Amino acid sequence: MAATTRVTDLSSTTRDGVGTSPRRPDGTLKVTGEFAYSSDMWMEDMLWGASLRSPHPHARILGIDITEALKVAGVQAVLTHEDVPGEKRYGLEYQDQPVLAFDKVRYKGEPVAVVAADHPETARRAMERIRVDYEVLEPVSDSRQAAMDPDCPLVHEPHELPHHPEYNPRGNRLRYQPIRTGEFSGTAGSAERENGVLERLRAEAAAVVTTEYEVGMQDQAFLGPESGLAVPAEDGGVDLYVATQWLHVDQRQIAPALGLDQEQVRLTLAGVGGAFGAREDLSMQIHACMLALHTGKPVKFVYNREESFYGHVHRHPAKMRYEHGATADGRLLYAAGEVIVDGGAYASATPAVVGVASSLGLGPYEIPNALMDAYGVYTTNPPCGAMRGFGAVQACFAYESQMDKLAAELGLHPVEIRVRNAMSQGSKVITGQEIDMPLPMAEMLERCRDLPMPPERAQLSDPSDQRTLPGGVAGTTRGEGVVRGVGYGVGLKNLCFSEGFDDYSTARVRMEVVGGEPVVLVHTAAAEVGQGLVTVKGQIARTELGVEKVVIAPSDTQVGSAGSSSASRQSYMTGGAVKVACASVRDEVFSLARSKGLVPDGIEDTDLSLSGGKVVSATAGALVALPDLLGEAAEGGAVVEHTREFHHRPTEMLDPELGQGDSHTQFGMCVHRAVVDVDVDLGLVKVVALDAVQDVGKVMHPQQLAGQIQGGSTQGLGLALMEEVQVEASEIRNPSFTDYLIPTILDTPPMRIDVLERPDPHAPYGLRGAGEPPTLSSTPAIVAAVRDATGRPLTHAPVRPEDIVGIEV
Amino acid sequence: MEFLSPSTVEEALEAKHAHPDGVPIMGGTDVMVELNFDKRRPPALIDLSRVAELSEWGPDDGRIRLGAGVSYTRIVEGLGAGAPALAKAARTVASPQIRNRGTVGGNLGGASPAGDTHPALLATDAVVELASVRGRRKVPAREFYLSLRETACRSDELITAVLLPEPTGPQQFAKIGTRNAMVIAVTSFSLALDRERRAVGTGLGAAAPTPVRAETAEEFLAEEFDWEGGSSPSEAVVRRFGDLVASAARPIDDQRGSAAYRKHALSVMARRALSWSVTEYRKGAA
Repeated sequence: MAATTRVTDLSSTTRDGVGTSPRRPDGTLKVTGEFAYSSDMWMEDMLWGASLRSPHPHARILGIDITEALKVAGVQAVLTHEDVPGEKRYGLEYQDQPVLAFDKVRYKGEPVAVVAADHPETARRAMERIRVDYEVLEPVSDSRQAAMDPDCPLVHEPHELPHHPEYNPRGNRLRYQPIRTGEFSGTAGSAERENGVLERLRAEAAAVVTTEYEVGMQDQAFLGPESGLAVPAEDGGVDLYVATQWLHVDQRQIAPALGLDQEQVRLTLAGVGGAFGAREDLSMQIHACMLALHTGKPVKFVYNREESFYGHVHRHPAKMRYEHGATADGRLLYAAGEVIVDGGAYASATPAVVGVASSLGLGPYEIPNALMDAYGVYTTNPPCGAMRGFGAVQACFAYESQMDKLAAELGLHPVEIRVRNAMSQGSKVITGQEIDMPLPMAEMLERCRDLPMPPERAQLSDPSDQRTLPGGVAGTTRGEGVVRGVGYGVGLKNLCFSEGFDDYSTARVRMEVVGGEPVVLVHTAAAEVGQGLVTVKGQIARTELGVEKVVIAPSDTQVGSAGSSSASRQSYMTGGAVKVACASVRDEVFSLARSKGLVPDGIEDTDLSLSGGKVVSATAGALVALPDLLGEAAEGGAVVEHTREFHHRPTEMLDPELGQGDSHTQFGMCVHRAVVDVDVDLGLVKVVALDAVQDVGKVMHPQQLAGQIQGGSTQGLGLALMEEVQVEASEIRNPSFTDYLIPTILDTPPMRIDVLERPDPHAPYGLRGAGEPPTLSSTPAIVAAVRDATGRPLTHAPVRPEDIVGIEV
Repeated sequence: MEFLSPSTVEEALEAKHAHPDGVPIMGGTDVMVELNFDKRRPPALIDLSRVAELSEWGPDDGRIRLGAGVSYTRIVEGLGAGAPALAKAARTVASPQIRNRGTVGGNLGGASPAGDTHPALLATDAVVELASVRGRRKVPAREFYLSLRETACRSDELITAVLLPEPTGPQQFAKIGTRNAMVIAVTSFSLALDRERRAVGTGLGAAAPTPVRAETAEEFLAEEFDWEGGSSPSEAVVRRFGDLVASAARPIDDQRGSAAYRKHALSVMARRALSWSVTEYRKGAA
């Protein structure tokens, strides 16, 4: 290794700190294909795990016979629910999901048995020999029926489930959350009086729009399928290397199922190939650990793509009914929304998704009278849970479609109606929570409207270039039937966990001198899932400690929880934890300098900083270089280490009747403008431009921020135009990337991104989580643009070619 | 599973003769997916990628003889003028990586009704060359597809080449997908006008259990078209042609699209392909 000596100007700040775009430490490896993902792990003597899954969405298990499977040469273990050493159910919030099915299977693809063998093919062959005797039951497929019909068959027997009275559960309802404000707040509980109020408001309104909407089931479509390696340990415990989003919540669920203490289940984050919410729930974790403990050998699982479609939760499909009434000048008088999200067979994150879909169900608008009902239900459909946008995506499609419809009704520009009803700092969302941070919504809408438009088709150098046309090189048009449309969308997203959840994060930061150079080690359990936290942690340490060389330790459970890599929260929470841990390290360094008489009298700590590897006084200049202050660690020099937790401000549950409460930590917003070319005869769409304005409070890493906004926008584009896990009679029709389509680069338009930095006074650096908001607004913006081009109502996302050409699906 | 790697056609035919259940594999873009997903476990794989003859193409008695193992990429690069419809179809196959591996022989062997090259082979009246230890025979594409994924290729035969007639008029290919690249056809359509024989050829993909022609539409247009002057057919003729193409389809509702949409899209593509062809015909473009 070539050594470089750099003479640092005492006045300089440390490079690659907050606000710059240093390279990701894992970037080159990922681009060159050398990065080790969880599916690449390998150990001498390891066994391969495989899962036998239910072929039926709903069936009683009458018997399981593993005799023939055990006879297959090379098979080391075949385990069923009878072999689960501890708790037989687990779950994120509700402990309702069997480790391995017993009594009943509740979705197609539910794991029933697991096999470990010396070769994956052997494991699969053995699996085919397991005989499961099923009594097939009618599936419970219709989420509206599950929510509303008291005679609907139950997916779970009532006595089987843990009781959560705060969620109003009943029948197949997992959670029901009503919200009532204004004139509706006095009528709660009486449908008759509510209708009375509604009728009065309707009469008062100059325009009323009522529509039913649907959002299909979206897959997170991460590229690295579920995988991990469990290694039995000498203490009777297990070491699990796994791609996940939250090591400690995995540990919390795995240990009881294995009948082990938490400390006996040690997790290390393996290379994660994308997450988007799909790794919040367990997949192969307990299975691999059970087989490893049973066989005494390391056991590896890797799902293939089809199994992955059954192996993780998806975005909840939603059925929605909305009614909006406005005055003649376009001011909202009232809004009423009903959202039913289909949780599938097990709860996963459904209660929390309902909390978001209700509280943010009417969007970022001033609404004097609001009536909102959100339901999360059990069905025998594939389980649904967390996905980027988390309940806010579905509602946003509906309320934004409503705003467009209202604008059309009143003859207003879509931006104008939004501006007239826009929330701002000091506004209250329908839960009564005040937005106590900047929310420059009207300005963002106007900025988005005023962004330069892409060139008209006729202005292109070759207007018939197929790559610019709907259908692309498949050659379906040379311009025939192509109509341009423009649409807008805006969404409000809660950032960090909500409703009383203390999703704190922990960071350990150590400073020492190695080889004459100050080095900082940052250790957290936070999952790097591709979002770039690993870069941001280093930037924060450099900025706070003025040291260039920062080492990021692998994420594991040897340090306290970092919470989940979801809810756009890691820069805020783990970034916040790194920041406060750095502050503790810095304070100790200052007092060390003081104790050595290196700080002149009269200079307060507030006058001191760490910069360029030195303790620097704003008034007295450089005081001491860190190597001189601390001394070489290997020769007994000082090692300064602090572990700190970071908590955001407390939040509260919504009350179960009026849905009031300060449930959210922070709010984020993105505004989109979509320009599309639609082949109105064939129903094919080419998105020409997808431009965004987002307020992120503080830009931590400009390049990664752009990546998040582009990625979120593209995921929203997928939901607008192609991404749907098609479920018919509780069975997935398209469990493959052949038939579950996600946007390619040829579907992804250029994106202008206009970033605002209006700091949130409550957040570290004033930052705002940035990953989710673009996923909300891009979908309704694109669908609105397609409506603009076609005049079709388009109430289903994704829009299908049939919807555009007017063929019933 | 046995893995055979013949290096000449003769060896390959011997291998197929000895292993009639053996599955030929070339680019592997279809076969490997089936193996990886455990859809089938043939007793033998016959790897044809080392058989040089299969990867060659060139003129052959007024036609182009295209080895069954020529990649789509090479077809796109080399056959734009010699076999325009096929080249256009090849351009719509999947991604650059798949086009580097996939072949017409594989498309014919799999015989998926959604296979991208079938409509072009049908429309242009291409001929499939089949070989076995018993000898070689030629089967018109129009007689090749028998029923769902069943073809005229016998269990001891290999697909060695397709023979592509020299174009004597405009050829089109268009394919519907719900994204702008890398998509399996929801439905597809190919049209060829044969100036010399005054004949019309069509091919429909993902429209029936096998790739099919719209013969009534072909006859109708051959009758109505102004072969002499290439004047634009009337709106009524164009519309009738589209309707006849759609009515030749026997599509299903599936995860990629509804039967009604497929018929609708076929009629639109047929009308557009006709109008493009007429313009090109007048220009004298082949």
